[in-house]
Amino acid sequence: MVSNGTRKERATATNNESAFIRQEDAPILPPPITSAGVAGWLNDNIFASMLDFSTLGAAVKSILMAIFTAFVAYIFFDQVYGLLDFAIFSAVWQDPEEQKRQVCWTIEQGGKLPNGWHGACWPYIIAKTKFILYGAYPNESLWRVNSTYLLGAILLVWVMIDRLPYRKLVGAVLLTIYPIFATVMLTGGGFGLSQFSVGVNTIIGLALISLGRAGKMGWITGPFLDLSKMAGVAGWFFIFFAAALVSVGVDFDLSKVDTRDWGGLLITLVVATTAIVVSLPLGILLALGRRSSLPVARTLSIIFIEFWRGVPLITVLFMASVMIPLFMPEGVNFDSLLRALIGVTLWQSAYMAEVIRGGLQAIDKGQYEGADAVGLSYWQSMRLIILPQALTRVLPGIVNTIISVFKDTSLVSIVGLFDLLGATQATIADAAWSTPVQASTGYLVVALIFFVFCFGMSRYSMYIERKLDRGH
Amino acid sequence: MNWKPNTFSKFANDANVRGVFFQVVLIATLVFFFFWLTDNTLTNLSNQGKSLGFAFLSGTAGFQISQTFGTWLFDYQVGTSTYLDVYFIGIANTLLVAVLGIVAATVIGFTLGIMRLSNNIVFRAFATTYIEMLRNIPILLQLFFWYFAVLRSLPGKRDKLEIIPDLIGVNITGLYLPAPVPQEGFVYSVIAFALAILLTFGVKQYAKRVQAQTGKITPVFLIGTALVISIPLITFLATNSPLDWNTPEFKDSGPMLRRGYQSGSGMILVPELIAVWLALSLYTAAFIAEIVRAGILAVSQGQTEAASALGIRPNYTLRLVVIPQAMRVIIPPLTSQYLNITKNSSLAVAIAYPELVSVFAGTALNQVGKEIEMIFMMMMVYLTVSLLTAAFMNWYNDRVKLVER
Repeated sequence: MVSNGTRKERATATNNESAFIRQEDAPILPPPITSAGVAGWLNDNIFASMLDFSTLGAAVKSILMAIFTAFVAYIFFDQVYGLLDFAIFSAVWQDPEEQKRQVCWTIEQGGKLPNGWHGACWPYIIAKTKFILYGAYPNESLWRVNSTYLLGAILLVWVMIDRLPYRKLVGAVLLTIYPIFATVMLTGGGFGLSQFSVGVNTIIGLALISLGRAGKMGWITGPFLDLSKMAGVAGWFFIFFAAALVSVGVDFDLSKVDTRDWGGLLITLVVATTAIVVSLPLGILLALGRRSSLPVARTLSIIFIEFWRGVPLITVLFMASVMIPLFMPEGVNFDSLLRALIGVTLWQSAYMAEVIRGGLQAIDKGQYEGADAVGLSYWQSMRLIILPQALTRVLPGIVNTIISVFKDTSLVSIVGLFDLLGATQATIADAAWSTPVQASTGYLVVALIFFVFCFGMSRYSMYIERKLDRGH
Repeated sequence: MNWKPNTFSKFANDANVRGVFFQVVLIATLVFFFFWLTDNTLTNLSNQGKSLGFAFLSGTAGFQISQTFGTWLFDYQVGTSTYLDVYFIGIANTLLVAVLGIVAATVIGFTLGIMRLSNNIVFRAFATTYIEMLRNIPILLQLFFWYFAVLRSLPGKRDKLEIIPDLIGVNITGLYLPAPVPQEGFVYSVIAFALAILLTFGVKQYAKRVQAQTGKITPVFLIGTALVISIPLITFLATNSPLDWNTPEFKDSGPMLRRGYQSGSGMILVPELIAVWLALSLYTAAFIAEIVRAGILAVSQGQTEAASALGIRPNYTLRLVVIPQAMRVIIPPLTSQYLNITKNSSLAVAIAYPELVSVFAGTALNQVGKEIEMIFMMMMVYLTVSLLTAAFMNWYNDRVKLVER
């Protein structure tokens, strides 16, 4: 109480006798130099960890941090500049006199460039572009590859842009008609028409479809209703198969191109897209199998998935190239591209299955029970309730798997296919362009192509992730 | 509908019955498929005049394998060593690359992962660029780059690039290091080392008890490090330093063909091994960095705040609160990256490093021609490693998973 009184007195005293009372607001000072502008940014982003000299330990830490930062910065700029210097500033761009390898030789090696020169030899890439992109595919038929690419790109972009109409229809075309079109265009088609097998497939297909129709019309009831529905779906597969047989069987008067002549980016894209497109449905089936309550289906799925996931792709490709010929009956011959395709696809579907299983496991149990409660059958509940949610949830994972299979297609070069990497490796062995920078230049190009594809896909997956994010 | 359920439709709509029916069909299809495959295979084999069997394993291998860890471990001799030896050499070399790669990738990956979360923009930019570049380029391409573009531009066979003069040097034939040659009595130092490790565990137990009783914290890590370094060192010096170094010998005079590093001197890391090691560890480090980053970000800020509210000091917060929780997120994907390193080591076949695929399913397979048996044996190795790792993972997950009500 006493102190309170004194304070009050003092306050009154100050009010009366004070020499100065500020009448206006204090001027707004600029923020401390360490928290605004360039200096503030530098402080926050670089020097924050190296300005503490309050104790000996902190000082040592700050100095070490500063040294390490300088070291990393040096390495970073050295590497980036080295790459740019190699690829652009020091590179040889033209070969006007058609000297081939000599255009990229230093004086020591017998050329004109200064000693110690180290840069990319672009004339070598320009000369080999066709081989790196298409392999030994005949020049006069390249338009077929290009138009296949073009159509594929148009369809794919159509499916990917949300605002365009008929996206589902285009997607269906992309997955059904487009592969047949691509096969015919790339191989030349005309494998011969077996009227018998086309006929049998058509007849079975029509028969099954009419069974399905009969079920829909209510002519089939009771326990066989489900079977007739299945038959109806299966029928369309047979019809599709027959149509495919006709398409690749008919001779469109295109010159035949053996898959041995395919190469470069073409093989990479063919292997990657086939593996991706086939492994997705296979992966879904395997994932459902692994989560199934049927012991046999579950065990078989587990064995399949764990086997393929447990072995490296290289051994799978070795197995495919060595053992598939042994497994097939006499007279059936798979070319090496098809064998590699089978290997990559089976291997890939196991990985896909595990990603999708993650999605299935993440779905709340109530969704399964809810689907059961409204009386949906197993396949209906999977198709309408579970899978749409599960696949959406693991879309980033699926894209990651797609990126990794795209990179892993480079392994087919080990079993003798000339994919992007294999074809480039083959051009590097070409003595006509033999220079010390040949390998680096070739690898730089391949790395750039792979990087553009993979980085692009990863960005697209991030975009999708943001779009599908429900903000839970 | 004027249709009425009868006994048959009840039977046919029973979920159990349908399940059994479906599975029987599945098994029958598979049995038929495998029967068909086996039949084809046997026909093809008999057409080629081959038979199944593992008798070839005791046959002697008649090809050279370049000097590596495996050939040293199993003392490979052309003409006396068997194909079984070749198999084991392949496994040893695969495991060597895998272990080396795992260690290097872990160190680089953790460093990069922490750097990417740093406030320092230099670290962040470096780590981000590194990760985005390396993980979007196929590992096989990186392997080719290291082997054909980098290591091929090293000095030639008769020349060298010295890293530490007279001790460590490198040229196109490999990296030459001094080789330790243990003398008599070195075994005591090894025993002392083992004892020191045991002692450290003892100290740890003791420290735990002291902390439980009095709350005092003993600096176990410092004491342990001191023990593990000092005890073997003192033993080593007390037993009169029983370790010789066999330094690599380099001749740059004398007959031209004899110049260069002399064989039998020092220890050599073949360029294939270096290339595989570099490619595997640098590539996988990018993935490990992302895993580490995700793991650290997964620990919520509230945990750190709660720890400091309880008065736990920052470095203990990191050690006792953040890292254990981050590890729970990090370990499972990290293990699968380790598995990836082991599996990707098979890419070494592309540059002829004598690991399992290259030496057994490559060279030996070409000589013997037992495709089925040899590929089966090769796959079994990778499968065993994978399944063992998976078993470890399950055990670990059970141990660290959150105990929920």
